[in-house]
Amino acid sequence: MQLLKLKETVDFMRLRKVAMIFSILMMLAAIASLSINKLNFGLDFTGGTLIEVGFEEAASLDAIREIMDNNGFEGAVVQHYGSSKDVVIRLATQEDIKAEMLGNQVLTVLKQGTGQELNMRRIEFVGSSVGDELTEQGGLAMLTALICILVYVAFRFEWRFALGSVFALFHDVLLTLGLFSVLGLEFDLTVLAAILAVIGYSLNDTIVVSDRIRENFRKVREGGPAEIINISLTQTLSRTFITSITTLLVLFALFFQGGALIHGFATALLFGVFIGTYSSIYVASSIALVLGISREDLIPEVVEKEGEDQEMMMP
Amino acid sequence: MLNHSPLWKKLMVLLIVIVGALYAMPNLYGEDPAVQISGLRGAETTTSTLDNVKSHLTEQQIEFSSIALENGQVLVRFKDTEQQLKARDSLDKVLGGDYSVALNLTPATPEWLDSIGGVPMKLGLDLRGGVSFTMEVNMNEAELKAQESMVGDFRSDLRNENIRYRGVKKEGDAVVITFRNAEDLDAAESALKKRYRDYLFADDSTQLTLTVSMTEQKLKEIREYALQQNITIIRNRVNELGVAEPLVQRQGQKNIIIELPGVQDTATAKEILNATATIEFRMLDSESDISAALNGRVPANSQLLYDRNGRPSLVKKRVMLTGDHIVDAGSSFDEYSRPQVNITLDSPGASKWSNATKINVGKPMVTVFIEYKPTDRVDSEGNTIFEKHEEIIQIATIQGRLGKNFRITGIDSQAEATNLALLLRAGALIAPIQIVEERTVGPSLGAENVELGMQAIIGGFALVFVFMLFYYRAFGVVANLALTANLVLIVGVMSLIPGATLTLPGMAGIVLTVGMAVDANVLIFERIREELREGKSVQQAIHQGYDAAFSTILDANITTLIAAIILYAVGTGPIKGFAITLSIGIITSMFTAIIGTRTVVNSVWGGKRLNKLSI
Repeated sequence: MQLLKLKETVDFMRLRKVAMIFSILMMLAAIASLSINKLNFGLDFTGGTLIEVGFEEAASLDAIREIMDNNGFEGAVVQHYGSSKDVVIRLATQEDIKAEMLGNQVLTVLKQGTGQELNMRRIEFVGSSVGDELTEQGGLAMLTALICILVYVAFRFEWRFALGSVFALFHDVLLTLGLFSVLGLEFDLTVLAAILAVIGYSLNDTIVVSDRIRENFRKVREGGPAEIINISLTQTLSRTFITSITTLLVLFALFFQGGALIHGFATALLFGVFIGTYSSIYVASSIALVLGISREDLIPEVVEKEGEDQEMMMP
Repeated sequence: MLNHSPLWKKLMVLLIVIVGALYAMPNLYGEDPAVQISGLRGAETTTSTLDNVKSHLTEQQIEFSSIALENGQVLVRFKDTEQQLKARDSLDKVLGGDYSVALNLTPATPEWLDSIGGVPMKLGLDLRGGVSFTMEVNMNEAELKAQESMVGDFRSDLRNENIRYRGVKKEGDAVVITFRNAEDLDAAESALKKRYRDYLFADDSTQLTLTVSMTEQKLKEIREYALQQNITIIRNRVNELGVAEPLVQRQGQKNIIIELPGVQDTATAKEILNATATIEFRMLDSESDISAALNGRVPANSQLLYDRNGRPSLVKKRVMLTGDHIVDAGSSFDEYSRPQVNITLDSPGASKWSNATKINVGKPMVTVFIEYKPTDRVDSEGNTIFEKHEEIIQIATIQGRLGKNFRITGIDSQAEATNLALLLRAGALIAPIQIVEERTVGPSLGAENVELGMQAIIGGFALVFVFMLFYYRAFGVVANLALTANLVLIVGVMSLIPGATLTLPGMAGIVLTVGMAVDANVLIFERIREELREGKSVQQAIHQGYDAAFSTILDANITTLIAAIILYAVGTGPIKGFAITLSIGIITSMFTAIIGTRTVVNSVWGGKRLNKLSI
């Protein structure tokens, strides 16, 4: 069985400019949304208290809000979580109340107020200083990851590829963050983990493509850089698709069966896999091309004489 | 010959997969309900405890499947939770306050697997339910206390050396001593320098001041000590909670993580963690009649107290010294290699102590441990009522006038000395702690998470399985074999590594690995197809396909591994779990997808004359 039967080389690079404009626009949109809407940071980053309660039957959010207001917990955010029987209550850190005792207090208040048997599913309390530290650490983690990868790729390939692939990663991370900002999805620690996994995935793709480009520069004698890149992209296209499909398959399984706690994680990865596939085709290779990648850059330096060259190339 | 795997390679692949499967097996057996009995405050669990428990259970006609003494704990396994609960309640009553009786789930791993070190994966709190706290040690307070004690120390040192000074006071992070003349300044500087090597001295001969500050090294030591002390105390208190397999661990420079699996009632847990314990040194009332006191005629200035074994003693009410003056306490051996406890006091404590012991030489002194324990009762506002609990931990004779450093000798065992030192230290927390993060997961949510995670893994696995089979036919079967072996290896390695815990994001990591692990095979198979299309022979195509894809796979996986390692370094709890499964998955998938499939492909198709390949 074969999904793609490509007889001829697809001229990917013809659409390079269009793709570049598209990417730039998307990135601008992401930056705009991030500065206007900001990210909807989860408890891990903001600090505060979160209580997830399971009711025996569908719970009325208004009733719960009223109970909370009447008992001095004003400003509590009450939402359904996963199903109509599960309710999540979020409280910001308050100066005068000992935050670590809040969870239990809310539980007692709700029990009395609703007269229902409640099932405590989880209580999370995060101090505000922890959140600040985490934001710093999270940002630092991403930066370190990008730099380490830049160094590795530059060492294994060539600086143009390294810059191209790291820019592609930056592009993917930015757009995924943008998606979370536009949709107002909660950004918590698991989403951060997912974004680092997106970095891993997207990089995987980019490296496969770059590897083929390098190989073809050495093997294929005719054609300019753009054509070599087109040939390489065409050759790796079916692999790109199949891996994307298998990854998307498991992510759908995760999205639909993994439960509410894993939704953010699955969403980030689903989007990341799409964008990562696109970016390894258009962003990484385009940038290497714009930076002027050429045959000479990829041929091992020792091979200077024409005669020896040939032998090295065709094992 | 092309595409031939030597026998050793085949055997190696087979061996690795078998060993992986062997260590993954304990996860199939589930868990037995059990009760775990461990000693509190020096009470040791011995074979006699074991016999006690055994005879008690038989007496009460509670059925148990096995009983054993493991790592200083008695572990009793039961067939069902009903017997387990019955046993817990009954044992709790009999054994009383000296032992903690905790409910536990023990892996039901068969003995032969257990003997080769087979254990099931450890589940994170998000999967098994329980509470985790992150506590922050207030380091400013620790430094402040150290600086304050510097002031007192300098005063008494200068007094002892007969050096006159105008004043000693704390200014910012340093201590400033002012003098009347330059001679005193010089004398003081040389005297103090000799005594405190890890302090920084700066003199000002016009102002006649000496500024002393701590070196960065010393400050670091103080912070480290504050953290270690808190960890020790918390560990002790956590043991009081009677929780099976609690975890107390440092995190970074100032945080302590406490994980209490299975605990739902966080209020009690928090109260115990925040509870205060103190030490008091008092004199024994040897003049009054103890039997009269036992009959209710206790002298007005004395008090009847008991030790751990219930032996009563009459103790004077006047407190000679409280535990907050204790700076350090540690156990060691005296010149006859008998265990002893060394105690260091702060300066105000030392002068008080010296005055108090001077007049009591040769008399017995009592060390009293005071603890506030939460009770079952609640006051009108719903707060738990704490009960003051006083206990004699040691009676010793004062041998002479005691000062800043002294020791308690005549202790029965090394274990008791260590324990006494620990209790003495517990009396004085140098730095207060505060809960900065708390996560509680209810048991229903934990079980649900396991269920959902398993469903996602099975679902994702099945989808990829079917897809690969359709797309690559015979080679798809090989890839699926590799995928299955990969899953088994991940579980096996996770079970083997002591620090690896499975969390919900970790399960997501496994799902993701399943999707991405086939990538290596896709790369190889697509390459083989390409080579075939170019007209290469079947054997050539297989050979070229594996060869050309190898470096690509390696590069791609190493970069992903970099991302995973960084994630492990910064992440906590569940995120670390994700990073671990992802890293393990990357490594095992490289093995199964490259070496594993190559061996199978070579054995099936290698070296044969073929015109077509089912790919």
